[in-house]
Amino acid sequence: MTRTPMTFLQMKMNSLLTKMMSSAAKIVLRLKAVDLSWSRVARLARDLVRTRLDKSGGRIRLLMLGLFVAYVGIGARLVLLGLSHDPPLTLKVAADQAASGARPDLLDRNGEILATDIKTMSVFAEPRRIIDKDEAVELITAVLPDIDAKELRERLGSKKGFVWVKRQVTAKEQKEIFHLGLPGVGFFPENKRVYPNGPVGAHVIGFVDKDNIGIAGMEKYLDNQSLTDPHVAGFSIDPASLKPVRLSLDLRATHALRDELAAGLTRFHAKAAAGAIMDVTTGEVIAAESLPDFDPNNSNDMKDPTLINRLTVGVYEMGSTFKALTLAMVLDSGKVTLGSHVDARENLRYGRFTIHDLHATHRMLSVPEVFTHSSNIGSARLAMMVGVQGHQDFLRKAGQLDRMRTELPESAAPLIPKPWGELNTMTIAFGQGLNVAPLQAMMAVAGLLNGGNLMTPTFLIRSPADALAQSRRIVSEQTSESMRYLLRANATHGSADHANIPGYYAGGKTGTAQKNFHGHYSNDKVFTTFMAIVPADKPKYLYMALYDDPQGLPEDGGYHYAAYNAGRVTGRLIERVEPLLGVPPEQEFPTQPFPLLAKLGYGFDADKVAKE
Amino acid sequence: MISRAERGPVADWFRSIDRWLLGSFAALMVIGLVMALAASPAVAERLNLPTFHFVDRQALLLAPTALLMIVTSFLSPRHTRRAALIVFAVSMALIVLALLFGAEVKGSRRWIMGVQPSEFIKPAFVILAAWAFSEGGRTHGAVPSRILAFLLLPLTIVPLIMQPDFGQTMLISVVWAALFFMAGLHWFWVLGLGGVGAVGGFLAFRFSPHVHERVLRFIDPDSIGGMVDTFQVDTALQSILSGGWLGRGPGEGVYKRILPDAHTDFVFAVTGEEFGMLACLALIAFFGLIVMRGLWLASRNEDPFCRFAAAGLIIMFGVQSWINMAVNIRAIPAKGMTLPFISYGGSSLLALGLGMGFLIALTRKRPHVMLEQQARQAP
Repeated sequence: MTRTPMTFLQMKMNSLLTKMMSSAAKIVLRLKAVDLSWSRVARLARDLVRTRLDKSGGRIRLLMLGLFVAYVGIGARLVLLGLSHDPPLTLKVAADQAASGARPDLLDRNGEILATDIKTMSVFAEPRRIIDKDEAVELITAVLPDIDAKELRERLGSKKGFVWVKRQVTAKEQKEIFHLGLPGVGFFPENKRVYPNGPVGAHVIGFVDKDNIGIAGMEKYLDNQSLTDPHVAGFSIDPASLKPVRLSLDLRATHALRDELAAGLTRFHAKAAAGAIMDVTTGEVIAAESLPDFDPNNSNDMKDPTLINRLTVGVYEMGSTFKALTLAMVLDSGKVTLGSHVDARENLRYGRFTIHDLHATHRMLSVPEVFTHSSNIGSARLAMMVGVQGHQDFLRKAGQLDRMRTELPESAAPLIPKPWGELNTMTIAFGQGLNVAPLQAMMAVAGLLNGGNLMTPTFLIRSPADALAQSRRIVSEQTSESMRYLLRANATHGSADHANIPGYYAGGKTGTAQKNFHGHYSNDKVFTTFMAIVPADKPKYLYMALYDDPQGLPEDGGYHYAAYNAGRVTGRLIERVEPLLGVPPEQEFPTQPFPLLAKLGYGFDADKVAKE
Repeated sequence: MISRAERGPVADWFRSIDRWLLGSFAALMVIGLVMALAASPAVAERLNLPTFHFVDRQALLLAPTALLMIVTSFLSPRHTRRAALIVFAVSMALIVLALLFGAEVKGSRRWIMGVQPSEFIKPAFVILAAWAFSEGGRTHGAVPSRILAFLLLPLTIVPLIMQPDFGQTMLISVVWAALFFMAGLHWFWVLGLGGVGAVGGFLAFRFSPHVHERVLRFIDPDSIGGMVDTFQVDTALQSILSGGWLGRGPGEGVYKRILPDAHTDFVFAVTGEEFGMLACLALIAFFGLIVMRGLWLASRNEDPFCRFAAAGLIIMFGVQSWINMAVNIRAIPAKGMTLPFISYGGSSLLALGLGMGFLIALTRKRPHVMLEQQARQAP
C-alpha cells in the first residue's frame, strides 16, 4: 500500500477535523460555562430584589438595637447638658441673659405711675468678630470718653462671645458708635427702671438692681410672683405685654404722710419716724412711709443699713397703744363691762417690781377711765382677770405672736418673752415687754375697730368682700363698738385730743414706750406711737404715726410724750389727707354713733361719760 | 382581673392583649394631661383664649381616643387590614381635598373640616405596607404585591410633599425603609444605598449652597452671620437648662410663656423646666421601654403580617417620639413632630389611638392561629 497524497490529505483532514471537533466541544463547554455564570448572575439579581421573610426576626432585633442606641444617645446628651457648666449659648441668648428684662408698671390705686420702664440702648461687642481690637478701642473711647481704655481693651481681648461695652447710652452716643461702622459691635435694647416720685413710698415700692431685678419691696414681690418677663429672646424688652400692677397706695396721701412725718422728724429731732394709713374695711395700706428713706432712682442711696422699713422690719414695744388690745380682750371675755371699776388707788406690786401710773389718780377707775387716763395699774389688773394663758391666746388670735407676712418680702418676727409669767402679762397689758412690728400692731387695732375682723394688711388692691372672706373674727361686733367708743372718748376728753379735728368724728390712742437699753428702761428715751380712727362711728381709715427717740420742745414744757409729737402729726395728717381721700369735713356729728351700746343701756355719748 | 374560666369576647380580649402596652399608653395619656395643664395655659393666654382652653380640649379628646384604641384593639388581623384600607382611602381623599380646597395654615394646606388627615394616613399606611411586604415575601411569584409595596410609598408621600409636610414625609419614608429592611432586603442595598446617600449628602453639602447653609445654621449659627431664626429650638434648650435636674416646680416655668409651640412640639422642654432633667430622662426611658417591648412582641409573632405591621407601628411611634425629644434638646434640626400622647393635638391624638389600637390588636396572643399553622405544616 502506497501512501497516496489523497490519504495523506485525508489523514490531515481527519486530524484537523478531530482538532476542530475538540475545540468546538471546548467552545461548547466554554459556552456552557458562560451560561452557568449567567444563571448565577440572574440568581444573584433575584436574590438582591427578593425579600426573605425568614430573616425578619433577626432584622427586627437589629432595629431594636438601633433604636435602643438612639434612645440612649438622647438620654446621654441630656445628661451631658445637665452636667456642663457652660451650656451652649447663641449670641442672642447670651445678650438676652445679660440684658435687663421688662417689668410691669407699678401704679397707685388711682392709676398714677409709681414705677415704670423706659427703653434705652446698650452697646455690646463680640470680641471674636472684631478685626482690629486696638483700633476699635481707640474709636470707641473717642465717642465714649468715660470708658477706661485699658479695661475695654482687656474685655475685647477675652475669648467670650459677648461683652458689654457700655450699658444705657444716649441716642446721640448710639448714633456716633453706629457711624464708626465697627464690625462686631452692636446695640441691644434694654430697660431702665425709673421712679417718677423719687422717695415717696420708696419703702413699699422697693427698687431694682441694674439688671432690672427686684431687690426689695413690691419690686421683689413681682419677681417672686414671676410677674416679670424671663430673660429670654426679644420678648423680654417689651413692657407693653405686661399688665401693670396696681398697688393699694394712694400717691397723694403717701406724699402728705411723708411730708408731715419729715416735718415732725426735724422738729422733734427724732432718730426715725414711720407712719401708715390703712383702710380698716379692706386691710389695704393707703399710705406707708418710714424715715429715713431713699431715692430708688439712685442706687448709691441704698447702702445705709439704717434704711430699714420700720413698719415691717423694726419690732418695738408699742406702749399704751397696746392697752386697746387689753381692754378689747377683757370686754370680749365678758369678765367686765364698760360700767365695771378697777382699783387704781395704789401702785401695783409684784415681787420686787412696782407698776405705777404716769398720771396717778389714786382712786377706783371705771373701764373707760382706765383707757382715757392710760392707767398702767388698771390695764395690768384687767389683764390678770383673763390670766396668762388667756392673754397669750388672745394675742396669738390677734396675730401679735407670729411673724406677719404681707406682700413685702421684708418682715420680722415679734420678740416674745420666754418664759412668759404673770409679770409679763401685766407689763404687756400696757405695752412693754413684747416687741412687734408697728404694722402688725396696726393690723390688730384695725381688727378691733372694724367690727372685729382681723385682716392681714395688703399692699395690693382688695375689695371689702374679699377682705372679709379672708379675715377671721377676733372680737364681737359689740366689743368692737365699745373700742370705737373708748377711742372717741379718748379724743374728746383724754390724751388723744390732737386727733379731735373739727369736722371729723375721730378717735385715737397715744402710746409712749420707754426704750429698753440692755435690760433697763430709759426714762428720757422713748418710742412714741399714735393711732387714730376716722370716723369712729363708721370706721374707715386708721392712721398711725410713730417717732423713735423724739425730743421734748421748750414750748411743750419739754414733754416728749406721744401726744406732743406723734399725736400732733397725726392730727395734721387727718386734716390734710381726709379731703384727699374724698371725705369732706362734716357739719353735724351722728346723733346715734354707737347703737349697740345704746341698746345695752349705756345711753351716754362719749362726751358725757368722760366727764363723770 | 378577669377569671380564666370566663369566656366571651371581652374576657378573651383581656387575656390575649399585652396589658403592659395598654397600661403604658394609659399612663402616657395621663402624663399628657398633666403636661397640658403645665404648658398650655401660657399659650392659651397668649392667644387670648380661655386659660384652660387646650386642657379642656385635650381632656375632652382623651375619652374618644381611649375608646377608639380599645375598639380597634378588638379587631382580628384580617379586619385590621380592611379597616386600614378604608382609613387609607378616606384619608387620602381628604388629603387631596385639603390640597384643593383647604385653607392655608402656617404655609401649608393640611387641614380640612378641622382634622389633619395626614395624621390618620400614617397608621393605615403602615398596615398596608406591612401587608404588601408580607404577601410579597410569602409567595415567590407574587410580584404584584411587591410592586404594590414599592408603589405605596410615592403614592402616600407625594401628596404630603405637596402640602408640604416634610416631617410626616420623612417619618413615613423611615418606617417604609424599616419595613423593607425587615422584609429581608439584601445587605447590598442597605450598604449600597446608605453609601450613595452618604456620598450624595456630602456632595450636596459641598456644592449646594442651600444645603450648606441649612446644615451650618444648625451646627454653628454664628458662622453664617449671627442672628438667625433658631428661636424655638434655642428657647426650648434654655427652657430645659433653666429647670436643672429637679425642675422649677409645676407651673413655675417661665420659658413656656414665650415658646410659641410650648403645648405641642416643645412640650418636652416645658417638662424639663418644670419637672427637671430627671423627669425628662424618665420620660425618654419610658418611651424607650415601650418601643423595646413592642418590637420584642413583634419579633416573637409567628404571622408575618402581624410581625411586620406591629413592628412598623411601634417603629413609627418610636421614631416620632425620638425625633421630637431630640429636637427639644437640640440634638437634631427642628422638625414639626409631636410627642405621642403628650403633645396637645386633636387629630394626632385620635390617630395615635387608632394606630396603637391596631398595635394592641396585632400583638394579641392567638393560640388557635399557632395551632392551625402547626397543623398545616405537619403533613
